[in-house]
Amino acid sequence: MSELTDLTLAEARDGLKARTFTSSELTEAHIAAIEAARALNAYVLETPEKAREMAKASDAKLQKGEGGPLEGIPLGVKDLFCTEGVRTTACSRILDDFKPTYESTVTAQLWRDGAVMLGKLNNDEFAMGSSNETSAFGPVANPWLAGNTDKARAKAALSDLASAGTAGVLVPGGSSGGSSAAVAARLCLGATGTDTGGSIRQPAAFTGTVGIKPTYGRCSRWGIVAFASSLDQAGPFARTVKDTAILLRSMAGHDPKDSTSVNIPVPDYEAAVGRSVKGLKIGVPKEYRVEGMPAEIEKLWHQGAEWLRAAGAEIVEISLPHTKYALPAYYIVAPAEASSNLARYDGVRYGARVPGKDIVSMYENTRAEGFGSEVKRRVMIGTYVLSAGYYDAYYVRAQKVRTLIKRDFDTVFASGVDAVLTPTTPSAAFAIGSKGSADPVEMYLNDIFTVTVNMAGLPGISVPAGLSSENLPLGLQLIGRPFDEETLFALGAVVESSAGALPRPEKWW
Amino acid sequence: MAVDEATVRRVARLARIAVGDNEVPHLAGELNSILAFVEELSELDVTDVEPLTSVTPIRLPMRDDKVTAGGDPEKVLSNAPAREGDFYVVPKVVE
Repeated sequence: MSELTDLTLAEARDGLKARTFTSSELTEAHIAAIEAARALNAYVLETPEKAREMAKASDAKLQKGEGGPLEGIPLGVKDLFCTEGVRTTACSRILDDFKPTYESTVTAQLWRDGAVMLGKLNNDEFAMGSSNETSAFGPVANPWLAGNTDKARAKAALSDLASAGTAGVLVPGGSSGGSSAAVAARLCLGATGTDTGGSIRQPAAFTGTVGIKPTYGRCSRWGIVAFASSLDQAGPFARTVKDTAILLRSMAGHDPKDSTSVNIPVPDYEAAVGRSVKGLKIGVPKEYRVEGMPAEIEKLWHQGAEWLRAAGAEIVEISLPHTKYALPAYYIVAPAEASSNLARYDGVRYGARVPGKDIVSMYENTRAEGFGSEVKRRVMIGTYVLSAGYYDAYYVRAQKVRTLIKRDFDTVFASGVDAVLTPTTPSAAFAIGSKGSADPVEMYLNDIFTVTVNMAGLPGISVPAGLSSENLPLGLQLIGRPFDEETLFALGAVVESSAGALPRPEKWW
Repeated sequence: MAVDEATVRRVARLARIAVGDNEVPHLAGELNSILAFVEELSELDVTDVEPLTSVTPIRLPMRDDKVTAGGDPEKVLSNAPAREGDFYVVPKVVE
């Protein structure tokens, strides 16, 4: 039954409706695939019994010709989403075996629409990272290997993932690395992710999957473990543009429990897939031609513009002059918000507690042992930039720069540009352990093309567009006007069909 | 604005993270590397620029000042590392 895991979400949905197979069969196929892929470390918690129950309930509905838009579709959930009664850790030791007594709004809507939960997916601790290497559960292996990698050697190296990079095992990107790896390895039909600086789009690019970060306010943040509240947004991963459109429709929508969630109707995103892009004006920002960008990334970017032109879009060069300031401003704003959000982990109400001689040393010991080094670094940077005497010089200045970044996009969109085309990442996936150990900034540079989008609150999609010289997937990013995800789905579908079918990562694990 | 070891200790204290003596020099180096990276922002003139407070032009909604949830101490306390009855237990705070 393994071929059931090869279906796209749309094909599976149609097959279930036509009763070609049952949700129970589809779910069993995925459970078996997950069990056979444990070495990748994509799932941090498998919930097969829950999945079987949900699938059975879906089959009962499908049999009667009933059911929601995702009825019987097995999905994976990033461990940043609170799931009622199911351990949620944000891949941090500090949450220990926290079992939420409530369900995040986004996942509640997926279950409302009939989806089946396979388990919780690995991510960087509190979503802080670009490679999934900061997770308390350890790194995730990217199902893709470079063309010249010895597969047997890579497989043997999976027994010690932290040093598997020496055998050519690659990161799946981050922070939603479990989500991207699971979708690419056929361990679910789609997955949820969150994106604060690129955490959906960068891993999507590294694994040849599609990922969209919707406009800030499109999906409710209620019940998602907070990292940087003014930047965080949930979004889907899947293997096709259409599949992400189907998922986003269920995930999006107004929620009174999140005051920043926006009360505007959710369109039928799937209907935008295949819509003509004729006459659309696509901006290509000259500031994204960064120094040291590999020639193959530049080439792919040109190719993407040519594909859109061939489909009838008009390509114009644009300027986003404050682009280079986005990443430095992000590394003030995001840690500042994180230091505030993560103040709640005090060892009193939930999670781990490490005793101390008094209550303050109990807090300090709990946080010292519970947080990993990247999280501590960011909490401390955030505390520093918010502290007396530095607040104006760092935090207020960064928020002003953010205004300038947003203004760049406002100006471009006001001039008639419908969407912006850029590469998603400055490189293909890199080996586990190869980046950021000496200087944390080296890892931060991964998000150079994605972070502006969060700073301005815009929607952005990453679509696989080709392969690198080492046969690794590369993605192109499309950035849209606020709440115009439909145009991104239409343009993304053009990139997807023009690129043609990419090879799939063959099972070596 | 280089961060020295005293500043690392002060920030760690503010952030309520215990830091061992052996970690301080390393942390100072990392924090300085991040601060050097964000230093680029100081070259921009932001005199007449308002700080961004919201990316969406939507006004925050108001709601009635009413209790809409609660009354379930079991749910609230179910994840407590230490509890007694309907209370969290912490080290003695008041002598």
